[in-house]
Amino acid sequence: MIEAKGLTKHYGAKHAVEQLSFTVRPGAVTGFLGPNGSGKSTTMRMIMGLDTPTAGDATIHGQHFHDLRWPLREVGALLEAKAIHPGRSARAHLTMLAQTNHIPGSRVETLIDMVGLTDVASKRAGKFSLGMGQRLGIAAALLGDPETLLFDEPVNGLDPDGIRWVRNLLKGLAKEGRTVFVSSHLMSEMALTADEVVIIGKGKLISQISIDELLAQSSESFVRVRSPQGPALKQALEQMGAVVVVEDDGSLSVRGANEVAIGELAASIPVVLHELAPQTASLEEAFMLLTEDSIEYHGSQAPDSKGVSS
Amino acid sequence: MTNSPTATLERVSHLPSGHYRFVDLLRSEWTKLRTVRSSWWTLGVTVLLGIGISALVTAETRAHWSSMGPGDKLSFDPVSTSLIGLFLCQFAIGTLGALVVSAEYSTGTIRATLSAAPRRPAVVVAKATVYGVVAFVVSEFVSFASFFLGQFLLSSPARHATLSSPGALRAVFGGGLFVAVLGLVAFGIATIIRHTAGSIIAFVGILLVLPLIVQALPSSLSLNIRRFLPDRIGIDILSATKAFPNAFSPWAGMLILCLYAFVLISVGTVLMVRRDA
Repeated sequence: MIEAKGLTKHYGAKHAVEQLSFTVRPGAVTGFLGPNGSGKSTTMRMIMGLDTPTAGDATIHGQHFHDLRWPLREVGALLEAKAIHPGRSARAHLTMLAQTNHIPGSRVETLIDMVGLTDVASKRAGKFSLGMGQRLGIAAALLGDPETLLFDEPVNGLDPDGIRWVRNLLKGLAKEGRTVFVSSHLMSEMALTADEVVIIGKGKLISQISIDELLAQSSESFVRVRSPQGPALKQALEQMGAVVVVEDDGSLSVRGANEVAIGELAASIPVVLHELAPQTASLEEAFMLLTEDSIEYHGSQAPDSKGVSS
Repeated sequence: MTNSPTATLERVSHLPSGHYRFVDLLRSEWTKLRTVRSSWWTLGVTVLLGIGISALVTAETRAHWSSMGPGDKLSFDPVSTSLIGLFLCQFAIGTLGALVVSAEYSTGTIRATLSAAPRRPAVVVAKATVYGVVAFVVSEFVSFASFFLGQFLLSSPARHATLSSPGALRAVFGGGLFVAVLGLVAFGIATIIRHTAGSIIAFVGILLVLPLIVQALPSSLSLNIRRFLPDRIGIDILSATKAFPNAFSPWAGMLILCLYAFVLISVGTVLMVRRDA
């Protein structure tokens, strides 16, 4: 179990993480979601005792990371891909880590095989691809067979096969009763892996919610209507109390009235309808809606999120 | 790999008693040191250059002995001449001392290290111990090898020394120790600066530039300050006879150098505990 209580990190005037509190429970994959620059990595570094919080506290099973008796056997972390000396082999990197916590060398070989680096284990890691670096980082995280695992963007740089492998790995670890905390900036990825998500924006907690609840919340539906007599229909719908938005392509997005009511209204005016289609927002859109106020770096043009779905 | 990913993982039901130990950190640091090529390169350069330069200078001295003036012959110190290569060694050993620390930061390995062993002072002490022992063994090897090869090359009629000559054993053993402790000074600088280039520049600056600056001061002042500088402490140790007026005794000088290393590493450790990794 990981607990953050009022976790805060300021870098000078910049507030990277602000009063962040959440709990990551064992036996589930908990996603840590937020746009780039929202403070996910900083939070993970504070949990791992690498960065000192300005205020607040992060504990693992009620203990500070610094006080763990066998850190590598209790917590495993993949914090950044290729955090390894380019001149050192994968085997040497894992060996030097294993030695700190008195983990036998046989365990290193087991993990090299498990993550699929057997053929390159003796090669210098500087020649590794990003994907191979991720696999090595995952091996390092699993080295001590820890109860608690943290992964910062573990699928970055992996091919589709590798991504599927990581998903199954995370789910498998959670099924064994471990605490699994995974960060990502992609809702779609989390929808496939996580049971629960902690959503942050600009360093602040937006929501901690189960994926099922989030799906239910996000099914805020609307109806897409196309009509050659758009303005007339819009007026009638608004008189009925519906909220109507005219989209760029001239179609109407109607909220507050379902397709039955809209169809009947259109017939009574009468207005010709070319399209009458109920729409359901995707998880991705729900996530965008939740975080749109807290995106650190906006693109010059807001991308059209419609049609992006998991 | 396409199998169930956790199939090969056996659950460890309980943690061993106690906690991670210092001796395990030593083992880990030794693995780190020997598994990167740069260590072997720097140590190889240390040995070859150190012994090579000493051999070259002593052989040249022997070749030109007959043409040397009587004054030169009288002031000739066969011990310090045969140890001349150590002056090059100190840069290679110092570079390695800086690298074992700074490379952890430049590569990000430090975060892996501290995720496995979060007690930072213990990590620094383990690292300094492993590096210090390696630097000491290699420097002493170079020092003794240089001495014996040098004395062999300084055959008659040139003056040569044996280990039982006055001050010789102290100079040879002390020379190796001097280079190793100087390496720990570089190590300490790197724990403070954390960048490879910056650390090496600071180290070289202390050895080469600082003496020039001090020399520019009024001589009464400069003499008093110069004896505290590492390069003077080194010359003092390597010479069988007193090298210059106002110098500390060789072992007092060595103690001062050890103090520098200790203070720098301590400051670096305190900073490391306070700073984010």
